[in-house]
Amino acid sequence: MTDRDAAGTASSRDRSTSVNAALPPGPQAQAAANQPAGALTVAPVGDGPPRDDRTARPGGRVTPSAWPSRTRSVLKHGALLVAGFVMLYPLLWMLSSSFKPTALIFRDPALIPTEIDLTNYTLGWDALLHPFSHYLMNSFIIVAGAVLGNLVSCSLAAYAFARLNFKGRRVWFAIMLMSIMLPIHVIIVPQYILFSQLGWINTYLPLVVPKLLATDAFFIFLMVQFFRGIPKELDEAARIDGAGHARIFFRIMMPLATPALATTAIFTFIWTWNDFFSQLIFLTNPNMYTVPVALRTFVDSTGESSWGPLFAMSIVSLIPVFLVFLFGQKYLVKGIATTGIK
Amino acid sequence: MSALGELATLRRKGPKGKVTMAPSERGDNKAAIFFLAPWFVGLGLITIGPMVASLFLSFTDYSLLQPPNWIALENYERMISDVRLHNSLRVTFTYVFVSVPLQLAAALALALFLDRGLRGLALYRSVFYLPSLLGGSVAIAILWRQIFGTNGLINQVLAFFGIQGQGWVSHPDYALGTLMILNVWTFGAPMIIFLAGLRQIPEMYYEAASIDGAGRIRQFMNITIPLLTPIIFFNLVLQVIGAFQAFTQAFVVSGGTGGPADSTMFYTLYLYQRGFTALDMGYASAMAWLLVVIVAGLTAVNFLLSKYWVFYND
Repeated sequence: MTDRDAAGTASSRDRSTSVNAALPPGPQAQAAANQPAGALTVAPVGDGPPRDDRTARPGGRVTPSAWPSRTRSVLKHGALLVAGFVMLYPLLWMLSSSFKPTALIFRDPALIPTEIDLTNYTLGWDALLHPFSHYLMNSFIIVAGAVLGNLVSCSLAAYAFARLNFKGRRVWFAIMLMSIMLPIHVIIVPQYILFSQLGWINTYLPLVVPKLLATDAFFIFLMVQFFRGIPKELDEAARIDGAGHARIFFRIMMPLATPALATTAIFTFIWTWNDFFSQLIFLTNPNMYTVPVALRTFVDSTGESSWGPLFAMSIVSLIPVFLVFLFGQKYLVKGIATTGIK
Repeated sequence: MSALGELATLRRKGPKGKVTMAPSERGDNKAAIFFLAPWFVGLGLITIGPMVASLFLSFTDYSLLQPPNWIALENYERMISDVRLHNSLRVTFTYVFVSVPLQLAAALALALFLDRGLRGLALYRSVFYLPSLLGGSVAIAILWRQIFGTNGLINQVLAFFGIQGQGWVSHPDYALGTLMILNVWTFGAPMIIFLAGLRQIPEMYYEAASIDGAGRIRQFMNITIPLLTPIIFFNLVLQVIGAFQAFTQAFVVSGGTGGPADSTMFYTLYLYQRGFTALDMGYASAMAWLLVVIVAGLTAVNFLLSKYWVFYND
């Protein structure tokens, strides 16, 4: 987003009641949120305060420079384009290679394939025990369960932390924050034992049920941040009208929190789709393999002989993440930025 | 405010920190139990229960097939003399201490570069951010295995310049390096956080400094960097914690072995092998606890050192 866009969104935010502001809430919402002094401000992230895009940025045009600004700007864009190209080269090369015969992958570093050949895709699709669609379906089921679970359980918990005054709130809140940083490895062995005794190994359950129980505390935190920015006056008005917490949650908070819910859904999608460690451990039956586990079997069973089909299926596996990235970028960027700002 | 910032605030305000609430909000205990029910169950059954169980298992010999057999500190004693474990620690520490600073440096440099009302900022940001979304996937690990393979992309490019490359992923001296490059490649996420942090610095600081005759370098050293230290700190803590738990890349690139010659044997990979390949679950549990201690220790060290270089403007 350019600074001009930033200024645009920021001022449109000014016009709207700040409640409708995208994640995270604008400065007015904070002020209205009636928070204890000095505590827990959510920074207006991503776009910053409204800013005239002609104002100089840090060190930008404040001081006169030896070079004319046009030359500088050309040089800068040149450098950024080169850097961006280097960053994306591996991905583009994999895409182009997926259309080349395997023999050519080892000889041809060029980006543009001489001809578009879909053989790798048809070969790769049927290279494993099941057609690749089987693994895609398994991944989608788990992702759908995880997204749903996180949306429901994390928003419920976040409402309690953001709005309810209950015994031991600070302690529970601290425990929740610390659980974000807990390495999964310390609980994976007993989890495996527990789930195998429940007969859950090689089912979707070990990968979905924990999400229904709000174990991805990161998203609780993300939503607490967001809820804090929604003016308390709204709940209080509803309370005076006789609404209970359930009603306030469903009728006021949830509709206003759609940006936070979208961020949660998008991150859960990508992280679950890419997750390898727990799927490797809980899914050992080829019928249950998800995309990452299937790909890993593919690379280990065929080795160097079939890079073409392997690349083709790798590209297929990246497409959903890429699409989510394309359409959910705004939420991704803001979500990451919000959690990072002190 | 970040999770770390919140924790710090909670600590600073002490246990008696008062949160004044409207009278209407007093005593929401019942509602809280309802809203937190799923989280409480998850915390007990999925997190704390297994933590306690793994602590117990770390004092036992357990292979899933027979009930755990109490052996007191034997697992921990074994760890002291386990050469492969020491190697995996060395590999992991090297990976963390080399690749995280490089990754953050790249993230900061690009963020500074992008934070100037640049035309096309959104596009650049997307381009640099995309790899960090894909970097943890098996597909990218597969790609890396090819790129740095004997006949891979890198060697094809080197050959173009008449240089004879080698199989980078199959050479014990270089395999870990390829994984570090992969980690640096994913600098997009910390870059986004830096960008957001740069936007937080009030414009007037720069204006005031420039009126006082401070040049760009002085402004950068005396305004940008100090005000950015909390963000640098946050990124550092998170990336260290994350890098310590890296698994997928090493697993896929080495075909699950941690090879060649254990040179990519990350701690987590060794833990996986002990626990889920050798079914040595007691030992794996002890290893998991060592991991927690190390990660917590590094985080604590980070916090202690932060006093000397992180500037909190409040």
